[in-house]
Amino acid sequence: MSNEDKGKWVGKGMKRKEDLRLLIGRGNFMDDIRLPNMKHAAILRSPYPHAWIRGMDVSEAEKLPGVRGILTGEDVEKMSKPFSVGVPVPPKYYACAVDKVRFVGEPVAVVVADDRYIAEDALDLIKVDYEPLPVVMDIEEATQPDSPILHDNIGSNIYSHRLFKYGNPEKAYEEADLVVKGKFLFPKYGSTPIETYAVIASYNPYNEEFVIYNNYQGPFVTHFLVALALGIPENKMRWIVPTDIGGGFGTKTGMYPYIALIALAAKKTGMTVKWLEDRREHLLASSTGTDRVTYMEAAVKKDGTILALKDKAIDNTGGYIRPPEPGCAYRSTGNHTGAYQIKDLDREVLVVGTNKCLTAPNRGYTCQELYFSVERLVDMAATELGLDPAEIRFKNFIQPGQFPYTTATGGLYDAGNYPKAFQMALDIIDYKKMREEQQKARKESKYIGIGFATVVDPSVTNIAYVTLALTPEQRAKERPKSGSGESVIVKMDPLGKVHVIASTNPQGQGHETVISQIVADELGIHPDDVTVSDVVDTHDRVYSITTGSYSSRFASVGTNAVVYATRKVKERMTKIAAHLLEANPNDLELKKGKFYVKGSPDRSISIRHVAGTAHWNQAALPEGMDAGLYASSFLSMPTSKPVDDLDRVDSSNTYGFVAEAIVLEVDIETGEVKFLKWASVHDSGTVLNPMLLEGQVMGSCIHALGGTLYEEFAYDENGQCLTASFQDYLVPTAMEVPKIDIGHVETASPLTALGSKGAGESSSMSVPVAIGNAIADALSPLGVTIDELPLSPNKIWHLIQEARAKKD
Amino acid sequence: MVGYRRIVVKVNGVQYEREVEPRRLLVDFLRDDLELIGTHVGCEHGICGACTVLFNGRTARSCLMFAVQADGAEVMTVESLAENGKLHPIQEAFREHHGLQCGFCTPGMLMTTYEFLNENPDPSEEEVRKAISGVLCRCTGYKQVIDSVMAAAAEMKGK
Repeated sequence: MSNEDKGKWVGKGMKRKEDLRLLIGRGNFMDDIRLPNMKHAAILRSPYPHAWIRGMDVSEAEKLPGVRGILTGEDVEKMSKPFSVGVPVPPKYYACAVDKVRFVGEPVAVVVADDRYIAEDALDLIKVDYEPLPVVMDIEEATQPDSPILHDNIGSNIYSHRLFKYGNPEKAYEEADLVVKGKFLFPKYGSTPIETYAVIASYNPYNEEFVIYNNYQGPFVTHFLVALALGIPENKMRWIVPTDIGGGFGTKTGMYPYIALIALAAKKTGMTVKWLEDRREHLLASSTGTDRVTYMEAAVKKDGTILALKDKAIDNTGGYIRPPEPGCAYRSTGNHTGAYQIKDLDREVLVVGTNKCLTAPNRGYTCQELYFSVERLVDMAATELGLDPAEIRFKNFIQPGQFPYTTATGGLYDAGNYPKAFQMALDIIDYKKMREEQQKARKESKYIGIGFATVVDPSVTNIAYVTLALTPEQRAKERPKSGSGESVIVKMDPLGKVHVIASTNPQGQGHETVISQIVADELGIHPDDVTVSDVVDTHDRVYSITTGSYSSRFASVGTNAVVYATRKVKERMTKIAAHLLEANPNDLELKKGKFYVKGSPDRSISIRHVAGTAHWNQAALPEGMDAGLYASSFLSMPTSKPVDDLDRVDSSNTYGFVAEAIVLEVDIETGEVKFLKWASVHDSGTVLNPMLLEGQVMGSCIHALGGTLYEEFAYDENGQCLTASFQDYLVPTAMEVPKIDIGHVETASPLTALGSKGAGESSSMSVPVAIGNAIADALSPLGVTIDELPLSPNKIWHLIQEARAKKD
Repeated sequence: MVGYRRIVVKVNGVQYEREVEPRRLLVDFLRDDLELIGTHVGCEHGICGACTVLFNGRTARSCLMFAVQADGAEVMTVESLAENGKLHPIQEAFREHHGLQCGFCTPGMLMTTYEFLNENPDPSEEEVRKAISGVLCRCTGYKQVIDSVMAAAAEMKGK
C-alpha cells in the first residue's frame, strides 16, 4: 500500500477547527449547559484552618424563600463513604467536612436554591459552632511527633513514607572526590485555569442512577473513585464532559470532592443541581501543586562526573490526601536522574499533611520540584569544581548512541540527542559572547546571569507508579497496576466522510485539529472531511482508568490510537475495494480518494463507492466482514509495566527533552529581573503542528515564569490563606512576557506511530530552575544563595541585603 | 426580598426590556436572561477580564457592573463581531496566529482588542502588550495573542 498524500497535513501549522466555535462565542463550557428545572448550589466553607465542628444550625437558612434543601456533613457521612487513596492508612476524606475541618475553605454544607444569589444569601444564615485547634503549616514541623495531628486514625501527619536504594551509592560515595549538598524549598503554586470547577448533577431514585456533568480532564481514576464513595457501581453514574474545558493544566485531574458533593446534594434534594466554583473558592480550596522541601546531595568526581544522588524530599498535600496523590512523590521516579548517566541513588520520600489546601498535578507534576534541586545542585557542583555549568552538563549527558536508555530507577528513555539540543540553546544565546558581556557588566557593577536547565520531559503516565507508595512486600499482597491506553474510534459514513470519536477531553490543546490532520494523511483525504468529537460520556465512550488529557498523553498515546484505528479502517476499505475490483488487496494503492490496481490505472474505485457499499450494499462485502465501516484502537504502551521488586518502574512512556538557556539582569537596588535572552529548545519528537506546539511551549514557559517569580499560595502562621483573589495571587500578564527563541530537535520516538512525544508540560519543568540558576549566577559576586522560590523582587532584595550583612 | 426594576438595554443592536433585581450582575443578565453565553466569567472581581464587553463603546467588566446600570445603555458582546457567516478580521487574525487555546478568556481578549484597534489602528508591540494586559490567559503565554493583535491591526489598516 502506498499513500502519496502522506505528510501533506501532519507537520503543518494547520489552523484550528476548534476556533470556529470559540471565536464567535459558541463554545460549550460547563456554565453554558442549561437543563430543565436546574437549581443552583452554593457551598459554605470553613473560616478555620483546623477546628472541631461542635454543632450546626441550618433552620434559618431552610426558611429562606427559594431554598430547596441543605446538605450537611452529617448527611454526607450517612450517604457516602470516604474517598479511597493509595496510601497504607488513608485519612477519612469525605466530600465535605464531617466532624472536623482541616483547611480554610473546606466545605461544611451545601445550599440548593432557585438561583445562586439566594443560595449565597442562605449561607449567611447557617450557624456553625467551631472549636479551633492548633495548626501545623510548616512541612518539616508536620513530620515531628509533637506537631498538631490532623487525622487521629493515622496518628501522625505522614501520609506516605518510603526509602529507596538503586545501585550502590555507598561505593559511589567512596569513589567520589566531593559531595555537594543543598536544601531547596519549592513553593505551593498552581494553574488557576480561567474556567473554574463546575458540576451539574441529578439523581433518579427509581433506577438509582446519577447523571453528572463536569469539566474534569478524565474520567481517569476519578469516575471509579466517586462511584465507590457514592456506594454505586460505575455504570450507575453517567459522567458527561462538555466539548470545551476552559483550561486545566492538571488542576482538573485531582480527585476533587465536588463531583460527589453535588451528586449528594442532588440526591438529597431531588433536584438537578448546578454548582459553579467562584474564583475565591478556587484560590482557597480547589487544588494546587505540592510545595516541597528537598535535601539533596551529589557525589562527584573532580572532572565533574556525577556518580550518585542522595535525597530526602518531603511533599505536602495539605489537609487530606486524594488521588492521584501521593503521585507527587513518585511520578518522576523513572526520570529522577534527569538527562544524566547517574547509576546510584539513595532516596527518602515523605508525603505529609498540613492545614493547607489540597493538591493535584500542576503542569509538570512535580518534575519542576525535582529539577529545581537536581539542576541547582549541578550548578553548585560546577562552581565548587571550577567547571563551566555548560561543560558539566555535556560531561554527564546520556549520549545519543545510548538510546533506548534504562535509568537506575527503571525509566526507559526512548530517544533523544541531548548534546545537540543543548548546543542549539547555547548557540541561540551566543553563550561565549554572553560570558564576555557578563564580565564587562560586572566591572560596571551590573549583575548579569546566565542560567541553564537541561531536563528530561516525561510524557504518558504509566499508572503503575502510584503503587510505589507501597513497599515491595505490601505490593506483593495486592494485584499489580499498569497501563497507559487511550481509545479512539474511527468511522466512515456512507458518503465517505470520517468521524472520529476520541475521549481525550482536551482543554485547548487542539486535538480536533491534529486528529483531522492525521486521519487526512492516513486516508489521503482533506482534513475538512474529518469531524471529531473528543469529549467523555462514560455511557457511550470506550474508556479506562487511564483515559483523559494529563501527563502530556495526546501526542504520544493519543496519536497512536488515531493512527492505528485509521489504518484498520483503511485495511477494511482496501479489502472491500479489492473484493469489488476482483483484485488482490496487496495490489491496490490509494491515491486522491481512489483505490487503483497498480499498473492498471483504468481499474479503480472511489473511497465514496467503498464506503457506500459497506453501508448500502452489505451483501456485496467480502464474506464474514462486519457491515458499516469503523474500527477502534485502544493500546497501552508496551513499556507500561508494573513496578518491579526493586522499586524500578518506567513511570512514563515517551521522554522528551528541554534545554533552557536564560540570560537576565538583576537590578540589585530593586530586586527586579530583566530578561535579556531566552532560548528554549525542545525535543518532542516529530512535530505534528508547529503552530500548536509553539502555543504549548510558550504556555508552559509563562506558566512556569509565574511560579518562579510571582505565584504562591501564601498562608500566615495562623493558617489563613493570604492569596484568595487575583489581586493577591499574581499570575503573569502580557507585560511580563519576554521574547523567547524556541528551537526544536526532532528525535523520533520508536514507541509512537508518528515519532511524536508529549509537549504540553515541557518548559514548566525547566524554567523555574533555569531562572533560579541565572539569578544565582548574576548574584554570585555578592555571595547570594538561591535555594527557594518564588523569586519576587522583594525576596531577591532581601537575599541581597542578607548576603551583604554577612559580608560586612 | 428586594424588588425588581425595569430596564431597557440595547445589546448587539437589539433592544431588550426586562425586569431585574437591582443586585443582578450585568454578566448574569447577559448570560442567563438574554442567553448570550459568549461572555465568560473568570473571577467575579474584575481582574481576569474574561467578562469584558463594550459598554457605550468602552470596555467594561460585566462582572463588576449591575444590570440596572445598563439601563438606557448600548452593550456589545463577542456575539456581535462575526457577521453573515464571516469572521471579523480580529477573529480571523486570532485563528491565523493561534491566539487562543481553551478559548475561555477569548471573548475578553477580542472585545479588548476591538476597542484598542479602534483607538490605535497602528500600534507598537509594546502598546499591544499594555492593551491586553488586563485580560489574563493561562494557556498561550500571550505571545501568539500579541502576534494576532498585530496581524489584525495590519489587516484592518490595509482595508
